Amino acid sequence: MGSVVKQVRMALSGDEAVAYAVKQSDVDVVAAYPITPQTIIVERFSEYVANGEVPTEFVCTESEHSALTACLAASVTGARAFTATASAGLALMHEMLFVTSGCRAPVVMAIANRALSAPLNIHGDHSDSMAQRDSGWIQLYAENAQEVYDSIIQAFRIAEDTNVLLPVMVGLDGFTLSHTLENVDTLPDDVVKQFIGSRKIPKVLTHEGKMAPFKLDPDNPMTMGPIALPNYYFEFKRQQEEAMKNALSVIKKVNNEYAKISGRSYGNGLIEQYCLEDAEVAAVCLGSTAGTMKTIVDELRAEGVKAGLLRLRMFRPLPVEDLRSALCNVKAVAVMDKCMSFGGNGGPVFHEIRHVLYDADVQPYVVNYIYGLGGRDTSPRELRSIYSDLQRIVAKKRVETPIQYLGLRE
Amino acid sequence: MSAREKGWKEIAPAGVCSKPSTAFLTGDWKTYTPVRDLEKCTRCLLCVLFCPDGAIRWKPEKSDIEFNYNFCKGCGICANECPTKAIEMKVE
Repeated sequence: MGSVVKQVRMALSGDEAVAYAVKQSDVDVVAAYPITPQTIIVERFSEYVANGEVPTEFVCTESEHSALTACLAASVTGARAFTATASAGLALMHEMLFVTSGCRAPVVMAIANRALSAPLNIHGDHSDSMAQRDSGWIQLYAENAQEVYDSIIQAFRIAEDTNVLLPVMVGLDGFTLSHTLENVDTLPDDVVKQFIGSRKIPKVLTHEGKMAPFKLDPDNPMTMGPIALPNYYFEFKRQQEEAMKNALSVIKKVNNEYAKISGRSYGNGLIEQYCLEDAEVAAVCLGSTAGTMKTIVDELRAEGVKAGLLRLRMFRPLPVEDLRSALCNVKAVAVMDKCMSFGGNGGPVFHEIRHVLYDADVQPYVVNYIYGLGGRDTSPRELRSIYSDLQRIVAKKRVETPIQYLGLRE
Repeated sequence: MSAREKGWKEIAPAGVCSKPSTAFLTGDWKTYTPVRDLEKCTRCLLCVLFCPDGAIRWKPEKSDIEFNYNFCKGCGICANECPTKAIEMKVE
């Protein structure tokens, strides 16, 4: 049993917390291109490089597509690689996101979540990373700057686990987290270094049936990302799905081990339940909104309302079983989406949650609230109204409007 | 055709192969093969620059160019760019 180590409290914005965590994570290559609200991450990190505080190779690229390509190339040689982006930058990476996960390169990337154009908007919502949810990347969403710092460190462990070998995105809400200064308890450098460890390169059976280290090496030539025609491609995609399934237990394990050294954990690593055990009405949300929602749940509980909250920390892989068992006894669930799926039946988180509950013995009422697009502020009063809506649904035993827009002017 | 293709649990992760990409002779994709008229060719090397596969090289020891048919995919760009029309694309 390890013991919680002494930590240094620093005032860091979410972006700075990312940069500081990366600085401590013994990263070999950082390749990046600036974009608001991510820019501070690579700005701070480039200062660490310029000051000689880290031995990391810092590559300034001409686009995000190139930034991720450089990270992928570094990663397949066995290096630890990191990048960060947001919004249009992530959209430009789209092609390479699939190549990175398909090559099983454990790159870690911070996403300062921001709306997508048009109209042009630099503020926070989840449109950027939600649009990449099927790209084969693990997706974590952090609630505050402390969790941003902790999650980046954990992300390297998760990505590089030899049963996983998948890239990881850590989402932090643009401006709400990226640019807001918070107290962040930071671990000593050596503790972080020891927690992550050096990257382990597994031996794999190659196409020719030869055991070889899974990395590019001039002395032991290997082809990464070869062509796979209809007789093999499908099998490689199934392997990626298995790695996602393996990631569920790895994320839980990493969350537990991290708790032992830091004293901090985030639910079971996949979901965080807040007053959910006996809840009759509950909301499901991602990211920073959960902070405000917890306060509202506290207020409602003080008033005798059996309100609860489920914060989905890990969106990919989706913790299906955890979600179902946590929500199946709730009477009405409100799912919050900071993103739209145009022409779909509600937002992406709603799709998943309602789908998960389809297989529950008794299905709760499930409704969707689309909110906060393009950085639209959502007041505590508006968030509180979600719970009164849910109470009304339970009383009437009927959902009148399954998809609602919170804070939208009619 | 092998009797049975391997399942997803048995195959190399991400399809890694224990040989460099140069060991994959992609030249067998081609339908047309460039054939050069040595009389017409002025060794201007434009084909060397234009070949998208690096399959035409200048060989200083021979003072001449050489086609590497292992990697030439028969696209015909060399024939199209040749100022003296010294390259003809012929069906293999």
